[in-house]
Amino acid sequence: MRIPPSITQKIAKISLTLACASAVAALVFVIGFVLVGGLKHVTWAFLTEPILDMGRAGGILPAIVGTILMVFVAIGIAAPLGIASAIYLAEYTQEGKVTQTIRFGINCLAGVPSIIFGLFGFILFVVMLGFGWSIISGGLSLAAMVLPTIIRTAEEAMRAVPRNYRDVAASLGATRWQVVTRAVLPYALPGVLTGVILGIGRSIEETAVVIFTAGSAVQMPRSLFDSARTMSVHFYILAREGISNDNAYATAAVLICTILVINITAYTMMHRLMRGRRAA
Amino acid sequence: MRMDSITCTDLNLFYGDFHALKSVSVSIAPKRITSIIGPSGCGKSTLLRVFNRMNDLIPGVRITGDVSVLGRPLLDEDILKLRRTVGMVFQRPNPFPLNIFENIAYGMRIHGIGNRSQVEETVEKCLTGVGLWEDLKDKLKTGALSLSGEQQQRLCIARALATKPEILLMDEPCSALDPIATAHIEELMQDLRSEYTIVIVTHNMQQAARVSEDCGFMLLGELIEFGKTTQLFTAPRDERTEDYISGRYG
Ligand SMILES: Nc1ncnc2c1ncn2[C@@H]1O[C@H](COP(=O)(O)OP(=O)(O)O)[C@@H](O)[C@H]1O
Ligand SMILES: [Mg+2]
Repeated sequence: MRIPPSITQKIAKISLTLACASAVAALVFVIGFVLVGGLKHVTWAFLTEPILDMGRAGGILPAIVGTILMVFVAIGIAAPLGIASAIYLAEYTQEGKVTQTIRFGINCLAGVPSIIFGLFGFILFVVMLGFGWSIISGGLSLAAMVLPTIIRTAEEAMRAVPRNYRDVAASLGATRWQVVTRAVLPYALPGVLTGVILGIGRSIEETAVVIFTAGSAVQMPRSLFDSARTMSVHFYILAREGISNDNAYATAAVLICTILVINITAYTMMHRLMRGRRAA
Repeated sequence: MRMDSITCTDLNLFYGDFHALKSVSVSIAPKRITSIIGPSGCGKSTLLRVFNRMNDLIPGVRITGDVSVLGRPLLDEDILKLRRTVGMVFQRPNPFPLNIFENIAYGMRIHGIGNRSQVEETVEKCLTGVGLWEDLKDKLKTGALSLSGEQQQRLCIARALATKPEILLMDEPCSALDPIATAHIEELMQDLRSEYTIVIVTHNMQQAARVSEDCGFMLLGELIEFGKTTQLFTAPRDERTEDYISGRYG
């Protein structure tokens, strides 16, 4: 017996709609749950006061500062290094055994659990290089963690730029570097930035790496060589050790809002950029 | 004695092991239109890309023989300067997704030539040269991709002219255009002829007959015959040329 195509079409449409709807529902539920539970405890004082009594009282300012500094260090290192590597792979070498091996390595690294980067960072930065538990150790370890993603996304974005842009630029007398900066990067930029934004997001979310390499000091960091905690770590400790449910939720709400704001600004910026290019 | 724009003697080109150009010798005269015809895959684009060294971008390419451009051995000339002297127009119109002005200014920006007013002047001159100025002078800031196919190809020609080349290489510049646009581009080529040496590759024999004064016929990497276009089409010296122009191969 054969099911008539009009029926299979209906079934397909209904199941696809349901699948998509449940995915969205799960997301909305999780985010809503945290925001409803947390936002009511978020006050101006909560955002601007020091952490008191291990987080039972006071605010989360040191964790906010810790998060910002660590992400800055991580992305400040990973973005230039990653984009440079991607340019090298996509534009400066010929495809061959070497690039394939490098790319395979990068793909493997992208799939390595973050705790491994935590351990690596602990051994290299904290112990061997003597940076101790510090923002700099944490930032460097996070940089190592997000580097593969940034390289991979940037390289893919550059490879997606039409060949003929490169040919035209070269035929007009552009050097290879000018081809990169004037015929490839401008058009790969949205993709490249996507990788960087993913990297920022992952650095903000990460707990394992940060605990291993930056420790979890509650004091306000005074230099990059001080230990500090990020909001994720703060949340993790509050929730795991049952210190304060309300403050844990409030921290999570701030965390989610931060990520939302970063994503929304980044994507609007990118959208503007692309529309600007097309129309201008 | 007149100096030829491009001469090659016993030019061979290999893509890896593949022998793509076989002992090609030719002299291309200045300020004229020279066409290269032949069936698809015979090496026309490859030959054209020798003249501005675009093949250098392809890994595994090897070239033997002598090529001179404007009296200087190809390899002696600084490659970036060479590409400024020898402009190229590609098969498909390929403006950058920038505005009209920036597309034409692209080459000047690369070479850092001209101050603001000189760039503006060149843009106007080049757009006028390709017959777009009247239509586009109020729309210089609009995106080049919003233009029609013909306008885009004219823009690409203007872009190539903006670095003040002496030679213009055109690789099947009309193959993506409709017959009316093709006729317009051919007229434009006639207008440009007095100032530039033009080498056009085409698989369209009628086009070669219409626009060019000199014509070469290629087959399987060899330049079979080269001479006056009228002579090549009316009294070909080689049997294979005759077979081709009478439509015996595609
Ligand atoms: N990058 C390349 N690598 C290897 N072979 C190529 C490459 N480009 C062209 N060829 C080969 O060289 C021959 C001539 O190509 P081409 O010059 O593009 O021919 P035409 O322009 O006359 O159609 C063809 O057989 C083609 O397959
Ligand atoms: Mg071709």
